[in-house]
Amino acid sequence: MNVPEDLKYTKEHEWCRLKGNRAVIGITDHAQDQLGDIVYVEFPEVGDPVKKGESFGVVESTKAVSELFAPVSGKVVEVNDPLSDAPESINEDPYEEGWMIQVELSDPKEVESLLDAAGYQKFLQEESE
Amino acid sequence: MRYHPHTPEEIREMLSAVGANSLDDLFRSIPAQLRLKRPLAVAPAQDEIALFADMRRLADRNEVAHPPFIGAGAYPHHVPPVVDQLLLRGEFFTAYTPYQPEVSQGTLQALFEWQTYVCLLTGMEVANASMYDGASATAEAALMATRLTGRRKIAVSDAVHPEYRRVLATYLASTGDELVLIPHADDGRTDLAALGRAVDASTAAVILGYPNFFGVVEDVAQTAALAKQAGALTVTVTTEAVALGLLRGPGELGADVAVGTFQSFGNPLQFGGPAPGFFATREANIRQMPGRVCGATVDKEGRRGFVLTLSTREQHIRREKATSNICTNAGLCALASTIHLALLGRRGLADLARLNFDRARHLRAAMQRAGFAPVFSAPAFNEMAFEVGDPEAVVARLAKKGLAAGVPLARWYGADPKVKGALLCVATELHSPELIELFAREVRG
Amino acid sequence: MSNPTGWKPSMEQAAGAQAGPRPDVGAGGATRGIAYEEKLLFERGSAGERCGVSLPRPSGDFDPARELPAELLRGEIGELPAVSELEVVRHFTRLSAWNHGIDTGFYPLGSCTMKYNPKSSEALARLPGFANAHPLLPEEMAQGSLALMYELERALTEISGFAATTLAPAAGAQGELAGVMMIRAWHVARGNARRKVLIPDTAHGTNPATSALNGYEVVQLASGPDGRLHPETVRAAMGEDVAAIMITNPNTLGVFESHIAEIAEIVHAKGGLVYGDGANLNALLGVARPGDMGFDVMQFNLHKTFATPHGGGGPGSGPVAVSEELVPFLPLPIVVKEGAGYRLVTDPAERPQSIGRVREFHGNFGMFVRALALIREYGPEGLAATGRLAVLNANYVRAKLKDVYDLPYETDSLHEVVFTDKNLKPTGVTTMDVAKRLIDHGFHPPTVYFPLVVHGALMIEPTETETKETLDRFIEGMRQVAEQARRDPEGVKAAPRNPVRARLDETRAARKPVLRWRPGMQVG
Repeated sequence: MNVPEDLKYTKEHEWCRLKGNRAVIGITDHAQDQLGDIVYVEFPEVGDPVKKGESFGVVESTKAVSELFAPVSGKVVEVNDPLSDAPESINEDPYEEGWMIQVELSDPKEVESLLDAAGYQKFLQEESE
Repeated sequence: MRYHPHTPEEIREMLSAVGANSLDDLFRSIPAQLRLKRPLAVAPAQDEIALFADMRRLADRNEVAHPPFIGAGAYPHHVPPVVDQLLLRGEFFTAYTPYQPEVSQGTLQALFEWQTYVCLLTGMEVANASMYDGASATAEAALMATRLTGRRKIAVSDAVHPEYRRVLATYLASTGDELVLIPHADDGRTDLAALGRAVDASTAAVILGYPNFFGVVEDVAQTAALAKQAGALTVTVTTEAVALGLLRGPGELGADVAVGTFQSFGNPLQFGGPAPGFFATREANIRQMPGRVCGATVDKEGRRGFVLTLSTREQHIRREKATSNICTNAGLCALASTIHLALLGRRGLADLARLNFDRARHLRAAMQRAGFAPVFSAPAFNEMAFEVGDPEAVVARLAKKGLAAGVPLARWYGADPKVKGALLCVATELHSPELIELFAREVRG
Repeated sequence: MSNPTGWKPSMEQAAGAQAGPRPDVGAGGATRGIAYEEKLLFERGSAGERCGVSLPRPSGDFDPARELPAELLRGEIGELPAVSELEVVRHFTRLSAWNHGIDTGFYPLGSCTMKYNPKSSEALARLPGFANAHPLLPEEMAQGSLALMYELERALTEISGFAATTLAPAAGAQGELAGVMMIRAWHVARGNARRKVLIPDTAHGTNPATSALNGYEVVQLASGPDGRLHPETVRAAMGEDVAAIMITNPNTLGVFESHIAEIAEIVHAKGGLVYGDGANLNALLGVARPGDMGFDVMQFNLHKTFATPHGGGGPGSGPVAVSEELVPFLPLPIVVKEGAGYRLVTDPAERPQSIGRVREFHGNFGMFVRALALIREYGPEGLAATGRLAVLNANYVRAKLKDVYDLPYETDSLHEVVFTDKNLKPTGVTTMDVAKRLIDHGFHPPTVYFPLVVHGALMIEPTETETKETLDRFIEGMRQVAEQARRDPEGVKAAPRNPVRARLDETRAARKPVLRWRPGMQVG
């Protein structure tokens, strides 16, 4: 499973790329692999608040539905709209083309409690045992 | 027993393979105190000949010599024998839900055709693979409207089928949504002025019959415009689907959801069930639409085929977050309707509807000649209420002659003095002009 | 010597005797045949006046345009096809040939009870007295239907060990809905609806969906390593805010919840009720009764236990049996016996605590005829034999496959057995691949990927109407697929190849839904 070094992760299999006071958020390669072909996504709108640990949307394959949990709190400033017509981008390129939302952080300290790449790798290993 | 093929030797061989001494051994995981210690107290086993003789006697205790003059949500129509003979093909009626599409293309293509028929008749963009019945479809439409609008109030015309309204109330009781009843006007249509006053920013949907319980054709376009202004959805309920062979589809008139039953196509009365409920709506609502739905796709070799799709709305995936708890549909009943509609074709459907309209006018003329006037002045399709004075007495009197006269409206509208003497009657292609004449004479007495 | 036809029959010499079995016949006997491609009816480009019915002409000159406003009238619907009766017959006959049905071959679907659908039931349901009875007939004209409903109600009540049964719900899931509504109403009558419902992790998806629809929070309970729900787990979760527990017995692993009596006691002691999902009742017929185990309410699935036809997905019928406590809350209508006759109670004033109506009219009467016909033909001995033979068949399959497929629980199976795909892991072949390859052999696949507590579940419920011979062929087919998975995994993954369609792209169907025909529709 691909786990880029420069990202932060959650145990719910979301990743987070920090750009100043912004966080770009998506789901990991492991998550997209587990779900299978993604057919539908449901995201919040620009301007909506998100809260760390709470659901901000839904991602669906033909046989499974998964809630998306916010790794950080803040306000949604951008949404990857093309994903509604091309959800396969999440499967094909989960860390770049498949980004989901961008959030303006309300509490930058929350980032510290996220897993780093090594921590997430370890978590994946433990989960599979 | 013919459904238990095991011979004693086979049972012995199988027990030996399992490593058990007796059949009872296989139930050792059931605590002894929970085991039945006596045979079940049901009637002794019957062979087929005795069974048939008994059941025929039971069936003969129902009086069905003449087609009933009752509609009120279930309509007596002619079902061509072809429908049944095709339905009885074991590959159709003994098949399971098409979860393995490769070996279920027959079921799936027929469902796709059903969905298309429902859309074409209702003027809607999408339809699901059928519902349990019209009443639950109506309840599900109300629930969908609350999800789509985020509002909690449902305005329903009191001219919608009374039993449908009671089912709606049962479903909404557990959700805490509010049900508001809109009265009908003297002409038999929903009172649009009263509706206008009741509909507001907390209304999720307006529900009206099309035709309504009195057989009257409602002004769907005006109702939809009114609802739309308040941001509410318009739901039409059709219990006599043959009407859609003469009347425009509710989708063409501005409705957002069309529900009801297609029992009139291909399904005999069967004392009220089963029958195929239907649910049709606009494309934008498909992800909130309850029930199963069939979609077109391709197989590995590029050939077109069909599969159940959008399953993630359903209970087996969403579990507690499902749009509803529905598991089965009314597949076989929907197939019967599809076959019947295929036989009718575009010409036959229009002819059948016209014939029903015609017979109902015969009925009206005969009843008027006998001294019984229609109760409602708004136009109807094939069902009308007549002022007969004492409708319960009429029903009882005609029952003694093996005629099912219709239903007294006072049974459900007892508080309304205007319908105290009203008898609701239907006439379809099964009611010959001669039978209609006889009926009117008998009502007069 | 003369031969007027001009045709000289002779055996083809080149054939060459083949001693062994033909390699293209599956373990279940599936082989080639002639199936037809068949377009959608709407794509037939219909010729104007064709029609497949025979109707009289209208005899009056009543013109709809004189009574109804023009904007409400429609002419013929242009996109509807116009076909002859023969074309319709061929269309649906050809479509039917694409289906697998119980009448075609084995259907080992766990939790579905795909037993044989008696044809005598079909004939009886079609007796004119039953088929043509209007639900609102005056009661004196419908005594046959009412008597039948009463007898069925009594029989179902006796079979399940409860106090009374409603026949109204249209399907198992609707029966569940009615059942949980009754539980809620019972609690409300006592002043507190309560907030939660306990549901084991092996439960069918309708259980949590139904609870949520009634406003309850679902608390999932973990089953033990033996596949059973344990009293301690229930005790820890049970409180005064729990309205009920929902249990399937035997559960979806095919295992009897042997702690049921204790569990029921724990729940009852804190004022809760016990809901029974009766989907697996087939295992218990004539052996044990849910009503005797501590259940307060249970729904039947007539299309499972009582062999009413599945019809490609429905209609079902989901009567609900209740204990004495819940009788006042039963939905309407109810059939009662009065003297020599029968009456339908429909007036809420007569049953003020009833939860009301869950559907129009009286229930899926067509299914009542079929279910009662089977119960009559079974009699007490037939019912008792059904449970026993169903359990024998499942255990036989288990014994003959457990050396090849991984059995997740050593616990006794009743009427169904669940395997996992663990043994196949090294081959890369999945449960889904096994399912598809079984199709080529001539079997409908077992239930797959359910229950969720088992990885790659393969759930097999043979039912009692299958012969040992059929089971042996199925066992052989399963063994062949496992063997092929090791030797030729790509061959398994390429399945199925026999049916009219290979694996279908479900992703595409969900991403770009095409849910009805439109003129010019292009998908493939």
